[in-house]
Amino acid sequence: METIFKRPEALAAAPTHYCPGCTHGIVHRMIAECLDELGLRERAVGIAPVGCSVLAYNYFNFDFQQASHGRAPAVATGIKRGRPEMIVFTYQGDGDLASIGMAEIVHAANRGEKFTVVFINNAIYGMTGGQMAPTTMPGQVTTTSPFGRDVAQVGYPVRMCELLAALKTQGFIERVAVHSPKYIIRAKKALKKAFQYQADNKCFSFVECLSTCPTNWGMTPLAALDWLEKNMVPYYPVQNFKDLVEQGGGDAD
Amino acid sequence: MQTEVVFAGFGGQGVMLAGMVLAETGMNLDKEVVWLPSYGPEMRGGTANCTVIIADEPIASPIILHPRDAAVMNRPSLEKFCPSLRPGGFAVVNKSLIPVDPEREDITVVNVEANKIAIEAGSGKAANMVMLGAYVGATEVVPFDALVETAKKVLQKKPKLVPVNMKCLDQGYGIGQAARA
Amino acid sequence: MAKVLMKGNEAIAEAAVRAGGLCYFCYPITPQSEVAEYLSRRMPEVGGTFLQGESEVAVSNMLYGAAGAGVRAWSTSSSPGISLMMEALSYIAASELPTVVVNIVRTGPGLGGILPSQGDYLQAVKGGGHGDYRCLVYAPSSVQEAVELMPLAFDRADRYRNPVIVLGDGMIGQMMEPVEFREHEFPPLPPKDWATDGCKGRKPNIVNSLYLDPVKEEELNQRLAAKYERMKQNEVMYEEYMTDRPYEVLLVAYGTTARVCKTAIKKLAEDRIGAALLRPITLFPFPSARLYELAKPVKFLMSVEMSCGQMVEDVELGVRCEKPVYFYGRQGGLVPTPEEVVDQVKKRLGKGA
Ligand SMILES: Cc1ncc(C[n+]2csc(CCOP(=O)(O)OP(=O)(O)O)c2C)c(N)n1
Ligand code: SF4
Repeated sequence: METIFKRPEALAAAPTHYCPGCTHGIVHRMIAECLDELGLRERAVGIAPVGCSVLAYNYFNFDFQQASHGRAPAVATGIKRGRPEMIVFTYQGDGDLASIGMAEIVHAANRGEKFTVVFINNAIYGMTGGQMAPTTMPGQVTTTSPFGRDVAQVGYPVRMCELLAALKTQGFIERVAVHSPKYIIRAKKALKKAFQYQADNKCFSFVECLSTCPTNWGMTPLAALDWLEKNMVPYYPVQNFKDLVEQGGGDAD
Repeated sequence: MQTEVVFAGFGGQGVMLAGMVLAETGMNLDKEVVWLPSYGPEMRGGTANCTVIIADEPIASPIILHPRDAAVMNRPSLEKFCPSLRPGGFAVVNKSLIPVDPEREDITVVNVEANKIAIEAGSGKAANMVMLGAYVGATEVVPFDALVETAKKVLQKKPKLVPVNMKCLDQGYGIGQAARA
Repeated sequence: MAKVLMKGNEAIAEAAVRAGGLCYFCYPITPQSEVAEYLSRRMPEVGGTFLQGESEVAVSNMLYGAAGAGVRAWSTSSSPGISLMMEALSYIAASELPTVVVNIVRTGPGLGGILPSQGDYLQAVKGGGHGDYRCLVYAPSSVQEAVELMPLAFDRADRYRNPVIVLGDGMIGQMMEPVEFREHEFPPLPPKDWATDGCKGRKPNIVNSLYLDPVKEEELNQRLAAKYERMKQNEVMYEEYMTDRPYEVLLVAYGTTARVCKTAIKKLAEDRIGAALLRPITLFPFPSARLYELAKPVKFLMSVEMSCGQMVEDVELGVRCEKPVYFYGRQGGLVPTPEEVVDQVKKRLGKGA
């Protein structure tokens, strides 16, 4: 009998702790598929962040390091500079990457570190129970913005792809979404390209995945997918922002 | 005199609230009370529990290895807590979801069809109040009218729910009292 | 005021607001995020400031800025976040600024876990950041006491112009107990004439900790040292339990473990074993002098902690190593039980368990 659907080798046979309907699992699977398809599993080192995906090391079947909150790009830099032949990626939430880890991600991107960043933007702090994130939507109620995000007080949601694309250093920067099959297929393509570029030693690669957190959004999984489509996609354009070229930022040198 | 009780069940069954109503009742009666939740990884999707201590003197250790009593709303909670109860204690068992009995001769077991009673009263979500009522009925750790008064105050933010919850407390209390006899 | 049933974290928040701690910066971390969540609602009501910063590094420097501007600024966090604040706390101490930081300690080292611990004792009491400085450290063992210590912490921070740490643990933060908010009166504080609040009518004020002149730097170090000596003279706080009857064992414990010890002492009394407790309320300054007095009749002391014995050396110094100091503790978020403490005491007394 022909097998048409199986667990990627790069994915561990372990039940995850993610809430029902959480999209972390979808992205995990895509990463595993990419590494399998590109034959990179045995060279792969993942960096688990501080956030709901802190236990990611249990869900993949290759080497992992766990980083302190926000510092995954620095940890990845260490691995990649020390062992350039490794295929290194960080997997970070929006609190981890866009709040506490803002310095590390910007500098890693600016140095053109040749690793891959998978950035899960679910517009909230998941693990700590639903506090406001830098990516929380205007007016969105969270446990630390009980009256809705007030942009007059705390500014607008940070668009990481746009921010990083403004750097002159070359890189691969794309935003994807994982709320419907159509988008998921595009997401997989972007992730695969990111890992391919790394394997070819080309450039820094960054894939932002618009994701859901039904638990802390206080929605059913289906309503959450819908909310993502209606609220996040219009604000966070799903597109490629940079593909290798040196562009953006600064004056001519 | 010090009484300790663990309220335990699935997350979402309202065990934390039941414990809080009891603790607040104790406080209103000028007793010493502590409400201690389980927190951490076990919260998400798994089991939830809280310990309530009611005492006449200041409460020293809030960590109770062998509580006197338990009110368990699901089977994992029964298996976790009933073996550790002190002899002479009470176990209120939610028979709607727990097909087995605590294997103990030395405690008083109060069987309650908490979910069934709550659904009949108008809301399955009030099963926690059936459990609380039964617990107080069996132990009389606080007077029932004080419990009712506190529960009304705690629930006043959702006035629509008050009658169902009162009915559940009442029915539970009756069952607890019967088990006492 | 009537008693209310409150979670430790929320009670700490409310007590701080009532003590005039109206400028609060935070970054979420379990098991203390309820403080921030409570204040995100409460601060707008009282015209205070609530801001979630981008990291604990940023938050602690927000404290430096606001404190330097003469505002009662404070924050709360838990162990990994507190580590990130150590640099700023060193600057705050060196610049002689007042601030209050509450650490609802969780397990470590590293990312650790979210359950209660006392593993940050040494970090809190021996300085923690770089350089020669100390923080005044309070360790509440009930929600009510946490509520009482918050206004004191703000007052002493202002009075000594020094950071004050309130060292709780996950248990204190998460547990609900009845609390009463009482009015606290303190003698008037000196004016904050050093603050950067506008130089109209005076010379410019500079908040700074750079001293390239060794003589000036030494002066600062000695001024700080003198301040810590004054704290040792005036700020020591402790509770004694069952020291008014004969005892042969002295337990030393703070916070949650002190409560465990009280139950253990009652149980030991049932077996006619006399034990007493010294509960430091200030961890720095440590109640060494009283410890020495209380240790006179005993066979040994035992430090009971949720760490691997971080307080033992302070207990040993307190008794000037004249009596054996044993240790019993649990780690990883496990809390010693009264039964365990009883067993340990009996074992050390050679009475078997
Ligand atoms: C230094 C430090 N500060 C705070 C925390 C607490 N903390 C744990 S996870 C987390 C953020 C989680 O949010 P996000 O990065 O958006 O990931 P998600 O959980 O939503 O996947 C925080 C603040 C910590 N562990 N360490
Ligand atoms: S809290 Fe949110 S991000 Fe975390 S596992 Fe649950 S749904 Fe996913």
